[in-house]
Amino acid sequence: MKIIVCIKQVPAKDAPLSIAGTWIKESDIGFEMNEPDSYALEEALRLKEKHGGEVAALSMGPERVKQTIKEALAKGADRGIHIADDQFAQLDPLGAARMLAEALRKENADLILTGLQSDDHGFGQTGVLVAALLDLPHATIIMQIEVQDKKMRLKRELEAGWFQHIECPLPAVLSIQSGINKVRYATLKGIMAAKKKEIAAITRESLGVKSEATQKIEKIYVPTKTKKTEFLTGTPAEMATKLVEKLKFDARVI
Amino acid sequence: MKILVITEQRQDKWNNTSFETLVAAQQIAADTGSTISALVLGKAAGKFAEDLAGKNIAEALLVEHDLLESYTPDGYCLALSQVIQSVKPDLVLFPHTYQVRDFAPKLAAMLGKGMIADCVGFRKDGDRLVLVRQMFQGKTVADVIFQGAAPWFASFQSGAFRADLLAVHPSGKVPVNKVSVELKPEQIRTKPLELFKEAKSAVDLTQAPIIVSVGRGIKAPENIPQAEALAKAIGGEMAASRPICDEGWLPMERQIGSSGQTVAPKLYLALGISGAIQHVVGMKGARTIVAINKDQNAPIFEIADYGIVGDIFELMPALTAALEKAKS
Repeated sequence: MKIIVCIKQVPAKDAPLSIAGTWIKESDIGFEMNEPDSYALEEALRLKEKHGGEVAALSMGPERVKQTIKEALAKGADRGIHIADDQFAQLDPLGAARMLAEALRKENADLILTGLQSDDHGFGQTGVLVAALLDLPHATIIMQIEVQDKKMRLKRELEAGWFQHIECPLPAVLSIQSGINKVRYATLKGIMAAKKKEIAAITRESLGVKSEATQKIEKIYVPTKTKKTEFLTGTPAEMATKLVEKLKFDARVI
Repeated sequence: MKILVITEQRQDKWNNTSFETLVAAQQIAADTGSTISALVLGKAAGKFAEDLAGKNIAEALLVEHDLLESYTPDGYCLALSQVIQSVKPDLVLFPHTYQVRDFAPKLAAMLGKGMIADCVGFRKDGDRLVLVRQMFQGKTVADVIFQGAAPWFASFQSGAFRADLLAVHPSGKVPVNKVSVELKPEQIRTKPLELFKEAKSAVDLTQAPIIVSVGRGIKAPENIPQAEALAKAIGGEMAASRPICDEGWLPMERQIGSSGQTVAPKLYLALGISGAIQHVVGMKGARTIVAINKDQNAPIFEIADYGIVGDIFELMPALTAALEKAKS
């Protein structure tokens, strides 16, 4: 089975964000693998362990993105594909998906996996759009994959505690729900092995994608508070006592 | 503008986020002088269309086909792309449900369009419609505008608008218009099978008056008992954000948020929870919210009544002690 996982690199979870135009100041912060995508990568590695084949990690963005591809290789992906593009953060969901789809088209993978959404833009559309552009069937919010010959039996999460099984033919695109598995850490052996693995570089120009933006972020800002928060200060013991008093006598909830 | 609202029903029940999106549509229509068509689709969805016809809209649209009995992304996209080509709306609105996430971006792409998904509000700026959505897990918001020609596609997050503000029709009912679509079985590539629920939880968090909820800040499963001691002292039930349940530190049944339970207790104590929107939609209806987090910029403080910027590992035992003392 040939599996390609689309992985995004996003600002580190605890990074202090300072807004710069319609993006953030990148020089101040660290970046990491988008957590939802790490579940997709893990699922790909498990499918390969069960059914054989190869796993490739595809990522798009500036040079720094290679670090995230290397992390995927250290965890067990066989090769990387890097669409080098410094303007990636400015693309709209359809524009980003068109680039990924063009890079994926040549690969003829059996299965393409994405995470549920990114922790930065949070568009949550990439997998569905890639499927639409490649004319492949798709399913999202997947909690279980069983491969049976040329098709899959999938467990899809619905809302309010409901699930549904569906059958989906291969090849296909799946968006993986976070929590589907327990992600592995890279081993030292894996990190050493990753150094010999190939990362193919693709330029944005070579993909020949001409895409008019369908939407534009005009401004990013810190949200205005809708509720007035009363902040308590002091030592932990003082704050605890104050809070208990507030809850008892002002809010009257305990 | 002509606004088309795509509503959602499943297993003979409304998804109530549909009505929130209808409220958004009514507010946009009032600001922009637009008309609203509200659509429902299914195998036999007539009673849902009758429901819609009683709301303050211009028309209800009913799309029925045997192949729409169960949801499939192929079936819905093929049907709705035909409807959009015949109805010719300027703006197509969806509730941002799991189902909409599954098909709406594809539907827009089939028509060469993009979608602004998961919006929390809108603003009229001259003759432009500005949509507001969150980024960086709610730490920032963005103003987003459509580019290119209509139709434009957008979805509204659950809880962004209040369903109880939905205006009914002032003089009875609007017509229900049927729109026919052509679908063939071979066009639908995925096959939906049974719907099911997993082991039902013993605890119904929706009935708990006090909830003590932990997030990533709890750091390790060994630390959960500290929060449990606090929950016991305050007489509350334990709950958690998704990552904690994904890790297996608390069972999935205790998860609050878009993929877990939605609660509105009288007191919600958020410990080390940053306040990502997927969590907040499940608890923002709480009467009193207390947030304790070491990051003063955590979005959870935006909805908190009382906030403590500090270390939960100092505050959990301090609060437990203060509660015990207050009792005696």
